[in-house]
Amino acid sequence: MGQRSEQNRANRTGAEGPVLSVRRLTTRFRTDRGIVTAVDDVSFDVAPGETLGIVGESGCGKTVTSKSIMRLLPDHVASYGDESEVIYRGNNLLRASESEMRKVRGDGIAMIFQEPMTSLNPVFTVGWQLNEALKYHTKLRARERRARIIEMLKLVDMPNPEKRIDEYPHQLSGGMRQRVMIAIALCCEPDVLIADEPTTALDVTIQAQILDLMNELKSRLNTAIILITHDLGVVAQVCDRVQVMYAGRVIESASAREVFHNPRHPYTRGLLDSIPKQGGKQKGARLPAIGGIVPSLWELPPGCRFQERCRYKQQKCVDVEPDLVTDPDGHARRCHFPLGTSAKLTVGASS
Amino acid sequence: MWAFIIRKILYNVPVYVGVLVLVFLALRVQDPVYQYLGQEAGQEQIDQLRRSMGLDRPLPVQFGIYLREVVTFNFEAQSWNQRGTEVGEILKRSIVPSLSLTVPALVLSTVIGVFISLIAAYFRGRAPDRILMIAAVLGMSISFLVYIIFGQFFFAAVPREAGLGWWPFAVQGYEPWIVFGEGGGVYPGRWVTYCMLPVMISVIVSMGYDTRFYRAVMVEETGRDYITTAVAKGATKPKIMFVHMLKNAMIPVITRVMSTLPFVVIGSILLEMYFGIPGMGREIITAIINKDFPVIQAFVAVFALIFIASVILTDVLYAVVDPRVRLS
Repeated sequence: MGQRSEQNRANRTGAEGPVLSVRRLTTRFRTDRGIVTAVDDVSFDVAPGETLGIVGESGCGKTVTSKSIMRLLPDHVASYGDESEVIYRGNNLLRASESEMRKVRGDGIAMIFQEPMTSLNPVFTVGWQLNEALKYHTKLRARERRARIIEMLKLVDMPNPEKRIDEYPHQLSGGMRQRVMIAIALCCEPDVLIADEPTTALDVTIQAQILDLMNELKSRLNTAIILITHDLGVVAQVCDRVQVMYAGRVIESASAREVFHNPRHPYTRGLLDSIPKQGGKQKGARLPAIGGIVPSLWELPPGCRFQERCRYKQQKCVDVEPDLVTDPDGHARRCHFPLGTSAKLTVGASS
Repeated sequence: MWAFIIRKILYNVPVYVGVLVLVFLALRVQDPVYQYLGQEAGQEQIDQLRRSMGLDRPLPVQFGIYLREVVTFNFEAQSWNQRGTEVGEILKRSIVPSLSLTVPALVLSTVIGVFISLIAAYFRGRAPDRILMIAAVLGMSISFLVYIIFGQFFFAAVPREAGLGWWPFAVQGYEPWIVFGEGGGVYPGRWVTYCMLPVMISVIVSMGYDTRFYRAVMVEETGRDYITTAVAKGATKPKIMFVHMLKNAMIPVITRVMSTLPFVVIGSILLEMYFGIPGMGREIITAIINKDFPVIQAFVAVFALIFIASVILTDVLYAVVDPRVRLS
């Protein structure tokens, strides 16, 4: 930590470029049925202290995106596109050696996983598992590490940390385990925290606590967060920017406010409509849902990948796959016929 | 932890007594004296032998005597086959040779098996894994006896014939390498001469089964979420395999070791016979062939004790490696 963290703090004070840049990320898997492209040409940046939400339904490639950044996918099945880059500290992580990656993992970029019940090693104590990360990435001595672990457990609002440090995962509830995971992820003060559905497995009250905690820690440590979720409610609570994915591609990208108030892709619109609203609909009315299912990655239709489920489908959507077009106001969408009035767009452009 | 151990021991006391009752009754279904003496024996001879073993007394009394012998571990009855030798004496002199084979064989085969399986799991699906697994199947397909005969021939007989005086392995025979009492001592050289070759054969025989089983265990562990967490923390691959995975894999490993224990004992009977090692396996076979009732009765009690002890040890080891067991 020492030297690097000094450097970080210096960096964080000045407003400078993104801490992590993903450029044209394409991840392919070798499977029995042939090669499948799980993530197709995904690009984004995250700045220090910013929270980027990556949203989409199961199988859209959001988890693969996050695991590609950390290179957590098994080498013998996963491969990356030739032009793909994950730039962190001037290095392309996709081409980095395994030992370079080890230095980045847990130290520069850390990750929280979906399943707190199984993500901790059941046969080692909480303290041991935190200590491990500190041992790899800091020069602290054993006693200092223990003090730091207790401090981290306090930071994530773990009750009674002096006692919990020597307990095993099975002695903790799901919410407490996720706090431990967050403590592990943050103990080396990473520049980027990737949270892959961190609250999905938790009940709603705990969800809110964990999200608050992440928000608070972000502002305190100025960490950039990539939050992967299918839950738009979560996105609304914590994200600055949102990227919506569908069948391996980014289909919409804008500030969280824009995505919620002014979605341009019919898929995003459909997702928003399907959130139950209090007092919004008459009693007994069915919640609107997006009809159909996600196309199989092996049998993608030519043209727009969303066409078969789209209410506004035209001939052009079948013939030509739309590019990700950035409107003058910075709102990007992959749709030939984006929603929202064109008048609005001109206003946005002129201002 | 001590409470846990004591509880486990207490649970197993009734089990052991139950085993003793069964053994006791099973050995008396047919009159052991007739079995031993045969049809031509005179009534007087029969009565005398029966009285000397107390077999003429009521069953509960007989069982009481049996129980006392087991509890005090003092088997005073004389062997029928080896006249003038107490059963306890036979037990005492055969236990060390037996353990000299089984304990090193079990420890070595487990350690080596786990190590090879970790290598196979590490290279899962690639050449080293394939080669190791083919070797394992090959090893499993060959009979124990073939290993013994080949081993004796190529690793003991041939070099000795060739006049290699320093060659350490003997074809057969045994000299005690641990001598108790006055003038006693430990002679590791003797262990090498007489026990090492059979131990090596035993390890090689179990290697195929062990590595295949342990590999399956390790491969299952590699898919667990905590492994991904460890990678994401920046752990090295050896750390992940030998610390994270290994400790989680210990439960199936322990189960496996303890469940192979009976086979190790049976396997060592073969080894003891072929290598002329006067261990418990050889003694019990001799006793069964000769219908040596006092020896059989005592040895079966001791074998049962070994198994029950291993069951208790299994549970205790579970608790040592897995914190979740300690609570329940």
